[in-house]
Amino acid sequence: MSDDGVNRTRRRLIGLTAGMGAVGGAFVAWPFLASWAPSARAKAAGAPVEINISKLEPGQMLSVEWRGQPAWILNRTPEMLDKLPGMVDLIVDPDSQESIQPDYAKNKTRSIKERYLVLIGICTHLGCVPLTKFEAGRAEGMEADWRGGFFCPCHGSKFDLAGRVYKNVPAPTNLVVPPYHFASDTQIVVGIDPSMSRHGPEGAKDMDKKMKENLRRSKG
Amino acid sequence: MQKLLEQSLDWVDARYPVKKVWDEHLAKYYAPKNFNFWYYFGSLALFILVIQIVSGIFLTMHYKPDATMAFASVEYIMRDVDWGWLIRYMHSTGASFFFIVVYMHMYRGLIYGSYRGPRELLWIVGMFIFIALMAEAFMGYLLPWGNMSYWGAQVIISLFGAIPFIGEWLAEFIRGDFVIADATLNRFFALHVAALPLVLVGLVFAHLVALHRVGSNNPDGIEIKKNKGPDGIPVDGIPFHPYYTVKDIMASVFFLIIFAAVMFFVPELGGWFLEHDNFMPANVLQTPPEIVPLWYFTPYYSILRATTTDMINVLYGVTVAMGILTVISVKDIRAKAATVIIAAVVLVALYIFEPKLWGVILMGSSLMVFFALPWLDRSPVKSVRYRGWMFKTALAIFLISFFILGYLGTQPATGLSTRIAMVFTVLYFLFFLLMPWYTTYDKTKPLPERVTE
Amino acid sequence: MIKKIIIALWLAIPALSLAAGDHVKLDSVDIDLSDKASLQRGARTFINYCLSCHSAGYMRYNRMGRDLGISDELVGSNLLFATDKVGDLMKTVMPKEVALKAFGTVPPDLTLVTRSRGPEWFYTYMRSFYRDESTESGWNNTLFPSVAMPHVLYSWQGEQRAIFKEHDGIQVFDRFEVGSAGSMSEKDFNGTMRDLTNFMVYLGEPAKLVRYRIGVYVIIFLLIFLFITYLLKKEFWKDIH
Repeated sequence: MSDDGVNRTRRRLIGLTAGMGAVGGAFVAWPFLASWAPSARAKAAGAPVEINISKLEPGQMLSVEWRGQPAWILNRTPEMLDKLPGMVDLIVDPDSQESIQPDYAKNKTRSIKERYLVLIGICTHLGCVPLTKFEAGRAEGMEADWRGGFFCPCHGSKFDLAGRVYKNVPAPTNLVVPPYHFASDTQIVVGIDPSMSRHGPEGAKDMDKKMKENLRRSKG
Repeated sequence: MQKLLEQSLDWVDARYPVKKVWDEHLAKYYAPKNFNFWYYFGSLALFILVIQIVSGIFLTMHYKPDATMAFASVEYIMRDVDWGWLIRYMHSTGASFFFIVVYMHMYRGLIYGSYRGPRELLWIVGMFIFIALMAEAFMGYLLPWGNMSYWGAQVIISLFGAIPFIGEWLAEFIRGDFVIADATLNRFFALHVAALPLVLVGLVFAHLVALHRVGSNNPDGIEIKKNKGPDGIPVDGIPFHPYYTVKDIMASVFFLIIFAAVMFFVPELGGWFLEHDNFMPANVLQTPPEIVPLWYFTPYYSILRATTTDMINVLYGVTVAMGILTVISVKDIRAKAATVIIAAVVLVALYIFEPKLWGVILMGSSLMVFFALPWLDRSPVKSVRYRGWMFKTALAIFLISFFILGYLGTQPATGLSTRIAMVFTVLYFLFFLLMPWYTTYDKTKPLPERVTE
Repeated sequence: MIKKIIIALWLAIPALSLAAGDHVKLDSVDIDLSDKASLQRGARTFINYCLSCHSAGYMRYNRMGRDLGISDELVGSNLLFATDKVGDLMKTVMPKEVALKAFGTVPPDLTLVTRSRGPEWFYTYMRSFYRDESTESGWNNTLFPSVAMPHVLYSWQGEQRAIFKEHDGIQVFDRFEVGSAGSMSEKDFNGTMRDLTNFMVYLGEPAKLVRYRIGVYVIIFLLIFLFITYLLKKEFWKDIH
């Protein structure tokens, strides 16, 4: 056998061993990496939350924890709602084309029922919790032309009373509207679409998928 | 492409001795060509160390070192964490396999005389690794906070209480409480996941440095460095890389098959790797009906339990006999005097202190005595292949004693079993104590010039 | 020679350990985790009867449902009594104080009972209750003497009496005698308890459902890998003479 022949066999075997080693390594790495995914406990804690809104007066906001994030429910007054159409020029994405919300909240008020705005209280810039500045003008330390909404203290992003982001601020998109539905007139369930009646992380999973789909669509 | 690679390598090599390290420790490290089955276990031990460190790091991400949460967090890993069960079984199976492999590795050293000069330091560092590994295993065993974890730790730490004067204080100091408690769990966790692994990795590094300084022993126990070719390379040596790297890769895959078989099909191994009683949370009010350590500690545990008042009488006899034997054998008058004094001190101490203390001392000595091995062995040959019947018999008796003590340690102590354990404890120690004599008088076979197949 | 001695010694050892042997004989039970129907029946028994006093506090309802092929809706409408969230852990509703008052002890968590005591123990235990007027609950158990737990399933099994025999001056359990019949035949009751035990084995280690299967693939992969590394080793080692 010539030296070449020896070399070729050896190379082939080394290649095979390295290849199988790499495949095996990847198989071993998978469970370790997968163990970082949200555990069953995290998913259970991320189950939908029910909120009683019978005591929520017009102009008031309620903040509850859902999946470790603040979920806001704002009962908007007619005056607040009246302001929304006039904001269009100041807003990046007035029709919520690029932003994340369920289809049933993709409307002028970004809500199922006009009055009730449900938002994830996390700035779409870098994840701070915006402050509520519902009063227009200088009343809450804003500039004179402020029309009421949310203000992120971290980098100065501004949002209107439908959670829509102002032009020329760092945040790229409107505040996220989570999946939610009205279990009754006084009961809001955050974390699950109206189409999925049963509670549970399985529903939450579908919602995850939906949110991701929305995200993909808004980017595309 | 090839050229670019070479250039990058040169660039690195000018700043970091890659090629030098590669050559010295792999490509031009010449190992004897006659390694057999027993020589796989060194690299396998290194392999398991990696498995344990990786799986351990990932367990740490989900485990809670808190007495109220520890047990539940292990079940959380087993159920709620994706693939957590696999990582946990990997670690628990790895712990037992670590000891299997290390015991095989040590046995190899014993039969081929790998502890003999010039490898005394290599052996001593290895013994330190073994002791660090035992500490690591013992502390890790508390972490699941099962009932056996709890009571096992309780018993072992209470042993320190047997030390005169400071014992009780010391036991309390180690526990950080009056019994095993949250404080103990917390510190054992820190030691298990950070301190001892650092010590282990450092010692393993030192072990390899020492090995590569003196070169590997081999089944014939002759020095291949004494027979070099014209090129300065030992004629019986072959480069570690590629020959032993490919061989060890093959062995590692074979080992993984056995490992996977246990891990996937019988992770508890009938209660030997994961004990039944440890699936109950620690209960301060209830000791498990049969409290035994995990299998790898049982020989030493047996020695501990065998040390009763009767054993003290036996120890008087052993001390006197060893004293007389030494006095007869040594020529120097000062050595004779020293022997008499030491024997007398031991006898007085045996009289004064209670058996509980001697149990702890004997258990500790059963490990410490390994450190003396390089100097106890007087044989002109290293390998069992060229030794006479005396060493072979002594070795067989030692091995049998080790296994029987190990077995008895897993069983509840009865009058009879304690007596048997006493006999084998004495035999265990006689392997070492009598070694200077039987290795001196043993008839050895002539050593070959070159290594044999 | 030495080998013979070793073997002889090994054979002699078990005789030494025949210590206090007051073990009641455990009945063997056929565990089959692939039998989903059996697991589902066992789950129903467990949740309807055991869970009112005992927890299975490391297990989640929805995980059990998923593994056993029960949808979240079905779990929610049929099996949730203690909570309204299917993602919750299976904790009993009985407060500790109530349990202490009723039984004098807190019923232990049962998630891991078959791992700590074994399926045979559990299966035997569940079928070893007998009438004993001398105890507080009116029940006793041959496997677990003076257990605090009453015979919860007596309406199924009926009442049995334990017959003891004198043996070396000690009363040793001999056999059961039927007192009054329950709603189930002996065969049906044993079957129900087998289902329950089967479920308890699953409950002790849900990963058991998958680990055998994965193990087979892993070992097949490794065997192929071993063959290749063997060829590689052989190829290199033909240099060495």
